[in-house]
Amino acid sequence: MSATSTASAPGATALPAFRPSMKVPLTLGVLAVIALVFFGLLGPGQTAEMKISDPGDAVAVPALLIPGQVGGIVLGILLLAMAAYSIYLWTRNTRSPRWLPIAFSVVFVFAVLLWIVAGARQPSISLAGLIAGSVTLAVPLVFGSLSGVLCERVGVVNIAIEGQLLGGAFTAALVATVTGSPYVGLLAAAGAGAAVSMVLAVFSIKYLVNQIIVGVVLNVLVSGLTGFLFGTVMAPNKDQFNTPGRLDILPIPLLSDIPIIGPILFKQSVAGYLMYVAVAVVWFGLFKTRWGLRVRAVGEHPQAADTMGINVNATRFWNVTLGGAIAGIGGAVFTLVTIDSFTKEISGGRGFIALAALIFGRWNPIGAFLASLLFGFAYNLQSILGIIGTPVPSQFMAMLPYLVTIFAVAGLVGRSRPPAASGIPYVKG
Amino acid sequence: MTSKHRSDETQPAESTSEVRAADVALDTAGGALAPAIVPVSSQSGDPGHEQDSVIRKIVMGNGFVSVLAVIVALILGGLLIASTDAAVAKTAGYFFARPGDFLSAAWSAMTKSYIALFQGSVFNPRQGLQPLLETMTVATPLICAGLGVALAFRAGLFNIGAQGQIIISATLGAYVGFAWHLPFGLHLLVVVIMGVLGGAAWGALVGVLKARTGAHEVIVTIMLNYVALFLLDFLLNTAAFRRAGDNSPISPRLDDSATYPILIPGSRLHLGFLVAVLLTYGVWWMLNRSTIGFEFRAVGANPIAARTAGVKVSRATILVMALAGALAAFGGVAQVAGTEKVLTGGIAAQIGFDAITVALLGRSTPWGTFFAGLLFGAFRAGAVQMQIQTGTPIDIVLVVQSLIVLFIAAPPLIRSIFRLEPKKKNKKTKAAPKAALAHASGGAK
Repeated sequence: MSATSTASAPGATALPAFRPSMKVPLTLGVLAVIALVFFGLLGPGQTAEMKISDPGDAVAVPALLIPGQVGGIVLGILLLAMAAYSIYLWTRNTRSPRWLPIAFSVVFVFAVLLWIVAGARQPSISLAGLIAGSVTLAVPLVFGSLSGVLCERVGVVNIAIEGQLLGGAFTAALVATVTGSPYVGLLAAAGAGAAVSMVLAVFSIKYLVNQIIVGVVLNVLVSGLTGFLFGTVMAPNKDQFNTPGRLDILPIPLLSDIPIIGPILFKQSVAGYLMYVAVAVVWFGLFKTRWGLRVRAVGEHPQAADTMGINVNATRFWNVTLGGAIAGIGGAVFTLVTIDSFTKEISGGRGFIALAALIFGRWNPIGAFLASLLFGFAYNLQSILGIIGTPVPSQFMAMLPYLVTIFAVAGLVGRSRPPAASGIPYVKG
Repeated sequence: MTSKHRSDETQPAESTSEVRAADVALDTAGGALAPAIVPVSSQSGDPGHEQDSVIRKIVMGNGFVSVLAVIVALILGGLLIASTDAAVAKTAGYFFARPGDFLSAAWSAMTKSYIALFQGSVFNPRQGLQPLLETMTVATPLICAGLGVALAFRAGLFNIGAQGQIIISATLGAYVGFAWHLPFGLHLLVVVIMGVLGGAAWGALVGVLKARTGAHEVIVTIMLNYVALFLLDFLLNTAAFRRAGDNSPISPRLDDSATYPILIPGSRLHLGFLVAVLLTYGVWWMLNRSTIGFEFRAVGANPIAARTAGVKVSRATILVMALAGALAAFGGVAQVAGTEKVLTGGIAAQIGFDAITVALLGRSTPWGTFFAGLLFGAFRAGAVQMQIQTGTPIDIVLVVQSLIVLFIAAPPLIRSIFRLEPKKKNKKTKAAPKAALAHASGGAK
């Protein structure tokens, strides 16, 4: 049913027959009704307190006090209005603008948050802490999903993000301890991620081995290698090999004192700042430069790219390697920023969440960035939920990113289509 | 033995279709699919051709290469063990003065670990063949789940979701096992049926999503693994799944009537192993002797040709995933009703992921998967003993396992290590890409 509706869209060439998919308006409408009914009309009666600034901050902002039910109704109506606008556009044969689902999901997430906090045993939460924590948790996800974007855009499926993160985390801890400088560790992590990626590239490009198989196996290999070396080298000699120290937090004066935005944007480690730079650079590179055009051409239609004189397999090789280096930096965040030592399986499946973020973000660096933030938020909320005591079991929050991704690939939330040649080795001829 | 017999029979027919699959793959790889014309639903099916030919390459590859791959992986693993050994590091300090010390230290580090591995998995003087029974016990869920992955491979589908299927089946089976109290015989049957139905449903969900919406099965299965894991975690924290008066996330013990009987007293080997043998035979029969198995292989070889020939591809996709889920579910049932007898958060361990490597090592044939499952079961069982005796971490098994699969997946690599191919042919493959794709079948002759 859903397949035919999307399939007819590209096939229709005559203008009047064009009709955008109604999945987006429909999904928004259903979600808005759910929000209004469950978060609003049936919403909790308590007043939720959302603290915006911490007591120690230079700028003190009073906390937001929102009554659960009223707030839920207001937000529900706001969501309904957005859904109605989307449906209106659909009746006029116009696609909903890009910002609409994003704005919708921000408001929806806020409504969920309000519902959860107002229904908790202790209806108070630090908004600043929640958001700052989400960004911190999202940093490795962003790097991982950027790696995925680069690889898939050039036509190589990267299931090995998990392995790249883990390899980066291990190498960062080891090299930073041995050299005594976390910055050298950060560089080494990039190298380790690139090395993992090169194996992926060699096997999938030179030996034409199925990319998914290589990715899956690489994850196992890196997990085994790091686990083995941790057990034999790191754990017995912790001082010598596993005390990397941390990357300094470098706050930018004045700007870092702005409530909420300050700590997110201007009170980060080098890796945190690098994340913003990387998102911007990858986006600009992919969509505004000659290099990016080539990358996308190779990923969408390698034969055409080859005809135009682009070396398809070399382009793939170097982009996959670059992607691995980026994921490696993300891995370093685990051991140089979040905590200051390596433990077995420290990446704990984050690589797969990064994969989910990349798909949910529709193979776009900025989309992947926003999706990573959302998933980081879900992660953080999950831990906070346990503290404030809510009726929603934390396991369901933890499931959320994965469920959302299944919906995304099944085409229920918008349409996410991978680059056409992603996963297909290119053989000249 | 049986698998060899089978491949002899089917070889001619399959090698001709191999060439065809390669041709089709070339057409798509050449970028013949224009993004705008191809409907979304079939797009995720399109990379299918290419994957299929690669899978077929793995399926059809040379058995000899598998053996070499295992040997090379074991040697590399041994080098890794030696390189982190304390005695080796010490002797390396005066390598040039007395290189013999260094070499003997390295040799003893390697062999000590592998001897411990062997003693823990096959035979040792103290326990006789007892470790072998333990190997068979550990191998049982690996074989079942491996069959699930292999079956999906043969139909051109990547079932990364054995882990989730095992978790769901173990959960359902265990619940029926400790919460319901049924008569002897019937109870075990109900446990098996519920568990298998659960796994089949979890697998079929993937098939339905793939067939209806074109959602790629790799993504869906990975995500469903995590959903299953958190679902289990949630359930183990509810009163229904916990022991009375106990807050730890561990279920009550399954009723005795709900567990597989022990086959050999004094060991953990249970009836589940025989079930695994039967399943292996069943999958072999289905793939090679039944119509539905033929349809599965046809879909795996070339979905478009299969559709033209009248096979309902979407029905086959759903059915294959349901069967794959059911097979993996037998592994989950073997875990709760045979080996562990209680449900914990780690009930599936790494079995679902190991199953992928098992299926790949077994070249996706049922009996190949069976023996690969035994081998990896031996690694798993022996590694515990190895860690106790020599302090070599269990993780070395993961390294060896993944290296084996990497080498097997790339026959040209292992051939070039052992110079099995004449140089002339190597040049030819570079010049003529078609030969490269049909490589595995060519090399096998």
